[in-house]
Amino acid sequence: MTLSLVVLLPFLGAIAAPLFAQAGRTAIAIASSVPALIALAMLFPHWTTLAEGGVFQESHSWLPAIGISLSFRLDGLSLLFALLILVIGLLIILYARYYLKPYENVGKFYALLLCFKGAMLGIVLSSNLLLMLVFWELTSLVSFLLISFWNQKQDARRGARMALAVTGGGGLALLAGILIIGRIVGSYELDDVLAAADLIKAHELYPFALTLVLLGAFTKSAQFPFHFWLPHAMQAPTPVSAYLHSATMVKAGIFLMARLYPVLAGTDQWFFMVSFTGMVTLLIGAYVALFKHDLKGLLAHSTVSHLGLITLLFGMNTQLAAVAALFHVINHATFKASLFMAAGIIDHETGTRDMRRINGLWRFMPHTATLAMVAASSMAGVPLLNGFLSKEMFFAESLSLNLPGIWAYLPPLVATVAGIFAVAYSARFIHDVFFNGKPVDLPIYPPQEPPRYMKIPVEILVFACVMVGMFPAISIGPLLHAAAFATLNGDVPEYHLAILHGFNLPLLMSFLAFFGGLLMYSQRQRFFDFHARFKEIDEKAVFEKVAMWLEDRAAAITARLENGSLQRYAMLLVASAVVVALSPIERLGIFIGSNGLSPIDWPTLIGAAVLVLTALGTAALHRDRFYALVMLSVVGLLVALTFARFSAPDLAMTQLSVEVVTIVLLMLALYYMPSWTPIETSWPRRLRDLTIALTAGAGMTIITLAMLTQPFDSISSYFIANSKPGGGGTNVVNVILVDFRGFDTLGEITVLAIAALGIYAMLKNTALTPPPGDGLGHPWTRDAHPLMLKQIARPMLPLALMVSLYIFLRGHNLPGGGFIAGLITAVALVLQYIASGIGWTEDRIPMRYHNVIGLGLLFATIAGAGSLAFGYPFLTSAFGYITWPVVGKFEVASAMVFDLGVYLTVVGATLLALVSIGKLSPHSAIKSTKGGM
Amino acid sequence: MELAYALIIGTLTASGIYLVLRARTFPVVVGLTLLSYGVNLFLFATGRLATGGQPIIGSTEQYADPLPQALVLTAIVIGFAMTAFVVVLALRNQADNEDDHVDGRKREIHTDIEEKEESGR
Repeated sequence: MTLSLVVLLPFLGAIAAPLFAQAGRTAIAIASSVPALIALAMLFPHWTTLAEGGVFQESHSWLPAIGISLSFRLDGLSLLFALLILVIGLLIILYARYYLKPYENVGKFYALLLCFKGAMLGIVLSSNLLLMLVFWELTSLVSFLLISFWNQKQDARRGARMALAVTGGGGLALLAGILIIGRIVGSYELDDVLAAADLIKAHELYPFALTLVLLGAFTKSAQFPFHFWLPHAMQAPTPVSAYLHSATMVKAGIFLMARLYPVLAGTDQWFFMVSFTGMVTLLIGAYVALFKHDLKGLLAHSTVSHLGLITLLFGMNTQLAAVAALFHVINHATFKASLFMAAGIIDHETGTRDMRRINGLWRFMPHTATLAMVAASSMAGVPLLNGFLSKEMFFAESLSLNLPGIWAYLPPLVATVAGIFAVAYSARFIHDVFFNGKPVDLPIYPPQEPPRYMKIPVEILVFACVMVGMFPAISIGPLLHAAAFATLNGDVPEYHLAILHGFNLPLLMSFLAFFGGLLMYSQRQRFFDFHARFKEIDEKAVFEKVAMWLEDRAAAITARLENGSLQRYAMLLVASAVVVALSPIERLGIFIGSNGLSPIDWPTLIGAAVLVLTALGTAALHRDRFYALVMLSVVGLLVALTFARFSAPDLAMTQLSVEVVTIVLLMLALYYMPSWTPIETSWPRRLRDLTIALTAGAGMTIITLAMLTQPFDSISSYFIANSKPGGGGTNVVNVILVDFRGFDTLGEITVLAIAALGIYAMLKNTALTPPPGDGLGHPWTRDAHPLMLKQIARPMLPLALMVSLYIFLRGHNLPGGGFIAGLITAVALVLQYIASGIGWTEDRIPMRYHNVIGLGLLFATIAGAGSLAFGYPFLTSAFGYITWPVVGKFEVASAMVFDLGVYLTVVGATLLALVSIGKLSPHSAIKSTKGGM
Repeated sequence: MELAYALIIGTLTASGIYLVLRARTFPVVVGLTLLSYGVNLFLFATGRLATGGQPIIGSTEQYADPLPQALVLTAIVIGFAMTAFVVVLALRNQADNEDDHVDGRKREIHTDIEEKEESGR
């Protein structure tokens, strides 16, 4: 059997279901039922194996490095929950068909419902704890979307946010808990974890793991003090409340406690944390439920109370109590889901959920009333109904706790008091709604019975309540046994499912609760008056307040760190890099590696000295921007010489041509900007910046020195050996660029192209008026395009283009290639722009540089893809030799086409950038045309 | 030789960083250019300093490491593209805010925010 399919099916359904939305509600309801029906059909044949304690496993590797696998497990416990999810899910689909109005977004509703079903099945079927957590969080997210289904209502949005915050926060705690368990066990697989129960309980981290896991379970299952999200989640459509907030999602926390019961339970810490939380939740929920006038509010608090009861049972640390807990999970799901559906019907037919207005509905809808009354009786614990059986077991367990002294009376007392309240609010649900006079001012009058099929899900659930209540051993016995077997790891105690166990103390407690509850309801006015004396705490307002406070704090902290000053960011960035690097560099000290220092010759020393001085000069004189620029150009030239000095002719040529373009670019920019930088920063800040800068510089010096004197091993021998035979060229650098690492180069010219297009886009429709002079009182020269420059520049163009062609062609074998040739062409063209103006040049070179860039990228890609046609990987190069007359034997490589692409991209990108800046000034076009004449 | 080379890189880094920390766009662009010189020289130096070892097959006995050279070659071109982009960003800032402060605010605010905060404390 493929368990993963069971989990996957609802998700597939969620994709498919909306497609049927156009065909009407019936069509989509039928389509949405398919995944659950298939899943049930898949599970059914394995029932006998599972009933005997068999386990099905399925595992796929996913992220083995961090211990996550797609592993699933089906045993009695997961079967019990899977059946609840699937069967109640089917009933909800049918019910929602009639609940939703035709104009509502049914596609979205069913898709979300199916997503939720898949996530829930994922939780109960996952065998890997981390995988389970993924589904766990998924249910929180989908629940958020379902609660806020009517997102036009503010209450719905707030309720959804609250539920998400609480359950999501709990999910984080659970993650931490699971990580601790995984650390202790060394695996996240459930089998390994279950086998390591003793190891975990004895571990020193056990208290933390337990607390964190319980935080996850308690938030999900609405335990005190996290219970407040559940009543507010009642803003959801009623099918959602019935499904998520009574039968399934809130049981996820319970499921987790059951799943990890063998691992985590049995200790004192478990006993105190779980049973105390359960007890408080049980009482608070039952007490508040009585005073809610909202039908769904009453049911929500009753759910909280029942969840507390189940938690308390798990907390008792006895196996019988655990069985009772599982039993109550089933019973509560059946009677509470049917009650929610009944409440939804009443809401649907009367237009309100206020019990002060809904009265005497017996006369209008006797059928629904009967169903609701049976379910409510089960909730109260009336004999012959399933609620009675599990409650009886609960009473028995509360008596059997061996607590010291007077404490022994506490559990039975709490149980009886909670029982009294449960009977009282159930009585209120029955009497207030269906009897108690006439309806008051109903929005829809007279109320009618709902459509026939809307009642069927309720009927099925109520039938289950009765069946389990009357024939427990036959109807539910085997399933309960299988679930208990899995929960308790095979150690199932002797228990007996029967309607009556004779006249004993638990029965007496039931009687007490029953008649006490009826008495309390008959005297309800006194209790209402008593309750009204206390000011009700609006949890939503409190929650919003806390959330707002947190948001404000977070914003304040962010504002302190992020004040919008780039200067500060840059400082923090550099300073933190310096701080991080400081200690390793300090440990390194001034380190001279085993290669030692080589002697320096005079020309190199002088060059180095000039380079150092001009670099310092650029920084020192930066206020006068023009001088700084001149200094910078000297630095750039000397960098080019450095490359030439240390055996890198290609780099020297590239640096040289880039230098020219960069300086032209900066000169152009300076034309539009102030030519003087004012003194704005105080001297302590300048001193601080200087310290940071000098520290960083010193660090770089030390690192470089250490690196340069160390021997090293390079992978380059491969490139050198294969350059000629494999790439067909003797210039290894160029062969690396266009052949060995051609893919990198393709990426790089793409970046170049994007940068150029970005520049074009940024400057399009931007106008900048240059200042009238250089800022120091000198006006610009009137002759924008001096005659001498023009006369020299024009004959230069063909010469420069020829040089560029030569450099391009020889690039594969001698220093040169597409990058350098492209830059030389760009410089030659830029010279024409400078000498004669943009208008003049554009008239003569009618070229859109966008197209040149595009063509370049196209060539490079085609050259690469060409090899695909011959069955070689992308960018495999081929080469051959042809003999040209005059020139002689000449090599032609497919890499040449690639290099042509590089060439065109470089030309296009450089010129597009520069010309875009040149065109910035609104007058540039006119002025340059004039200059050109 | 190595010491001189290391000092060059150190100076380029220090000058570059000092300028990058300035408050106006133009010095920052100049600083970035200096920094990229320094970075390129550093990357180039990972192949160590070789004299007369141009990696052209057949031109010499011992070849310098060609790989860092190839990497630095594209780095130089990309560095230019980046400089151009930042320059244009600065120009756009000048056009939109009529000011060349790096924080991209309108002309009115001239004092440094950070400075103001410090004096306010």
